[in-house]
Amino acid sequence: MSSPESSPYAETKAKAPTEPRKAEWPLWEVFIRGQHGLSHRHVGSLHAPDAEMAIKNARDVYTRRNEGVSIWVVEAIHIAASSPEEKGSLYEPSNDKVYRHPTFFNIPEEVGAM
Amino acid sequence: MYAQMIKSTGQGVKTLDEMEPQERAFQERIDAGGKIEPKDWMPEGYRKNLIRQIGQHGHSEIVGQLPEGNWITRAPTLERKAILLAKVQDEAGHGLYLYCAAETLGVTRDDLTRDLLSGKMKYSSIFNYPTLTWADMGAVGWLVDGAAIMNQVPLQRTSYGPYARAMVRICKEESFHQRQGFDIMMKMANGTEAQRKMAQDALNRFWFPSLMMFGPSDADSVHSAQSMAWKIKMNTNDELRQKFVDQTVPQAEYLGLTVPDENLKFNEETGHYDFSQPDWDEFFDVLKGNGPCNKERLEARNKAWDDGAWVREGMMAHAEKKRTSKIAAE
Repeated sequence: MSSPESSPYAETKAKAPTEPRKAEWPLWEVFIRGQHGLSHRHVGSLHAPDAEMAIKNARDVYTRRNEGVSIWVVEAIHIAASSPEEKGSLYEPSNDKVYRHPTFFNIPEEVGAM
Repeated sequence: MYAQMIKSTGQGVKTLDEMEPQERAFQERIDAGGKIEPKDWMPEGYRKNLIRQIGQHGHSEIVGQLPEGNWITRAPTLERKAILLAKVQDEAGHGLYLYCAAETLGVTRDDLTRDLLSGKMKYSSIFNYPTLTWADMGAVGWLVDGAAIMNQVPLQRTSYGPYARAMVRICKEESFHQRQGFDIMMKMANGTEAQRKMAQDALNRFWFPSLMMFGPSDADSVHSAQSMAWKIKMNTNDELRQKFVDQTVPQAEYLGLTVPDENLKFNEETGHYDFSQPDWDEFFDVLKGNGPCNKERLEARNKAWDDGAWVREGMMAHAEKKRTSKIAAE
């Protein structure tokens, strides 16, 4: 085939861990505010030893193309989230309140834009 | 692709009637084009398959930095050097987006890294080929990133939310990669005779390994059928390979270069190019670890991990010290 000569060799194996595993750098969630007056938006996560490094890393990982002018980072363990099982009790009550939407009300055409 | 030969349970795809209510609801959500999010219920097979697929995809981005990093210090101009550096930095970013997505499935970053370093988890076969000349930087961007885009664009619609979102970011950046590669090829193909030969040689060496990136035909694979039902694979390998050939051959003609396949011919009836299959024995051999650069690549990753240990530990210790002295001061 088109590739250079293959050389057979023994399979590479990582060294067996000789000491207990070191803890990973904590996980941080990253929020970026874009240029156009929108709020900060979640863009992803990364690992960093502290907040200062998390912001520096977020700059490199998430804003290489002018995606933002402000970064928030928060350690993932500090985020409380609703669970999918609560979906019904949390969000269904708003289903039968269609009058909260402006389209619920018919405004006669002669009234004009409202 | 960047994830090759991902195996599922191998039990074949269940029909909706054969599923328990929870799994049926899950499948119906996917069938309706809905997204699965990290905290949602999912079958164990779906979780495991995704960890393997996203992990392998991420590893490919990370290891994929090595063949190109090889040329950063020897780029022909300062501009080319800055561009290549930005491209390689993007690949690191892509690896990180993907690792983040995999971590939402309950695997740790260290687990993924260790499985790469031990050879337990794979990365794409393509990165086990060497980059011998500057023209290879052109061929890698044009062909390798071009092939990756074929797979990644449909994956933006994949059923797992964090994976789909990572793909959206990656696809935005990937188009720069392919264009910078083609730009190098244009320059070389229109350069001196020696440069033109170098460009042709790069195409000769990277053509078949690029076709291998899509993996062997999986039209009859139960693994692929399951992945497609779960929408973590959107097209068959053959579909994507054909699309890649159809798109790339006219580009090679534009460059005035010859695709190294004597059977390559436009088929008026099908509207597609007929082409030769790559050497699948070579593909399996490379996956097994016997490619020209497997050893070098894994050794480079292991060395980086080992040599970086004191930095990771030192920074953690420093962060801990700052934290305790701040508490003491309060």
